[in-house]
Amino acid sequence: MQVNAISINGLWFDYHGSEVLKDITCDIAAGDYVGVVGPNGSGKSTLVRCILGLNRPAAGSITLFGIPRDSFVDWRRIGYLPQGLQMLNPGFPATVREIVRLGRLSTKSFPKRFGRDDAIAVDKALELMAISDIGDKLIGELSGGLRQRTVLARALVNEPDLLILDEPTTALDPDTRENFYATLKDLNLNRKTTVLLVTHDSSTIGLYASRLLYLDKKIVFYGDFREFCESAEMTGFFGLQGQHLICRRH
Amino acid sequence: MIAALCSALGVFLVLRRLSLIGDGLAHVTFGSVALALLLRFQSVYTAIAAIPCVLLSAFGILKIAEKARIYGDAAIGIVSSLGIATGIMLASLAGGFNVDLFSYLFGNILAISSEELLVTAALSFTVLLTIALCYNDLLAITFDEELAATSGIKVARINSVLVSLTALTVVLAMKVVGIMLISALLILPATTALQLARGFKTAILLAVTLGIASVAGGIFISFLLNLPTGATIIFISFILFAASFLIRKLRSLG
Repeated sequence: MQVNAISINGLWFDYHGSEVLKDITCDIAAGDYVGVVGPNGSGKSTLVRCILGLNRPAAGSITLFGIPRDSFVDWRRIGYLPQGLQMLNPGFPATVREIVRLGRLSTKSFPKRFGRDDAIAVDKALELMAISDIGDKLIGELSGGLRQRTVLARALVNEPDLLILDEPTTALDPDTRENFYATLKDLNLNRKTTVLLVTHDSSTIGLYASRLLYLDKKIVFYGDFREFCESAEMTGFFGLQGQHLICRRH
Repeated sequence: MIAALCSALGVFLVLRRLSLIGDGLAHVTFGSVALALLLRFQSVYTAIAAIPCVLLSAFGILKIAEKARIYGDAAIGIVSSLGIATGIMLASLAGGFNVDLFSYLFGNILAISSEELLVTAALSFTVLLTIALCYNDLLAITFDEELAATSGIKVARINSVLVSLTALTVVLAMKVVGIMLISALLILPATTALQLARGFKTAILLAVTLGIASVAGGIFISFLLNLPTGATIIFISFILFAASFLIRKLRSLG
C-alpha cells in the first residue's frame, strides 16, 4: 500500500481566539501535484505552516510519509519555500552557494560539516534553477527573482520527495515564472516529486496541477480538475468565466 | 581573545537584529557586580558570580519576548533597566559608587589579575569552540529561522546557545572595555566587516581581525597617549567602521 505524502485529520487552528482553520481533513498522495487556492486570509499559509510544524494546531493530527508530524525527523525528504523570503536583509553577507548549501544541513548530524557530495548537490541545484553563474554573488545584491530562484535551489538541493511552496512566483518575471512551472511539472512527472503549491494565481494553477484544494478556513473543494470543472458549486464560487479560465487545459 | 569572541558573535547578533542584547546584558552585569562588591567578593569571583545572573537574564530576554509576545528590543529594554536599577540600589546600600565599581563600568585592563586571565582564557576557548561547532546551525537560523526549522535544526536550542555565548562574552569583556562600552565591541567590528565582506565566513574572519586590531591598537595608543583604554578601543573601532563605509561607497560608485 502506498503511503500518503501528507495526511491531515480533523485539523483546527485558531489565532487570538479567531478560527483560521476549521476541521481540515485531506490526504495528499505521493506523486500528486496539488494547487492550494483561496481568498486572502483563507488560511492557506497557516495550513502549510501547520503541516511543517511551524504553527501548533489546536486540534487534529498530521502525518508526513506515514509518520506523525511531531516524530518526523527526515527533513531531507521535504523542500520548503516560505512566503516573502525575497524581502530579506539586503546587507546579508552570504553567497548564493552558501545559502543553497544550508539546505544540506537536514542530511547532517552533529558536528555538521560539508563535504564534496554537498558541493556536487549544490552545483546540481544551481544548474536546475539556471543560476550556476551567480553562485559566488551575495544574496542581498540580487533581484527579487534571482533571490527566489536561490531559495528554490535550496529547497531542491536534496532532491526532496515533497515540495511545499508558498506563493513561489510572486517575485518572478513572466518568462522565469513559465520556466519555474515547467521545472516543477518535470520534477512531478519524471522524479515523482509530490508538489503542494499555494498560490493566489488560481487562473494559472489549472495549467499545471493535477488536483485543486480550495480553502476558505475550511475545505470548500478538494479533488481533481475534472470534478472541479463539472462542479456547479464551484461555478458559484468562481463564476462561469473564472471556472472556465481555471479549466481551460482540462 | 575577547576581541575575537565579541566580533564573531557580533556578526550573528547584528544580522539577527539583536545588536543591543550586549548592552542589556552588560547592564545586568552592572547589577551583579554591585552585588558582588557589596558582599566583598574577590575580583575573580566577581566575574564568576556574574555568569549565572547574566545567563539567567539572557534566557529571560528570550522568554519575555516569546511569552509576552513583544519584540526582542522591548524585552532587552525590560531586562536592561532592571539590571541598572538593581545595580544602583545595591551601590546605594553599599554607601555609593567606589573605585572598584568604576573600573567595571568603564573598563580597566591593568586591573585584570592573573586568575581572571586564566578564567578568561578557559571561557574564551569554550565560546570559540562552540561557535566553530555550531557555525552552520547559527548561520541557518540567522538567515531564516523557519527555513532552519524545516531543515531539522532545533531553533530554540541554537537560540539558547547564541544568547548563552553572548552572556559569557559580556562577562568576559566587562573589565577590558567596561560595562558601558561592551555593546560597541559586539556591534562595531561586525558592522564594519558587513560593509566589506563577500561571504559569511569572510564576514566572521574579517570581523575577528578588525576586532583584534581595534583592541590591540586601542591598548597601544592608550598607553602611548595616556588615554582610557576602553574608550580608545571604541574610537579606533569607529574609525575603522567609517573607513569601511567609505570603501563600500567608493566600490559601489566604481
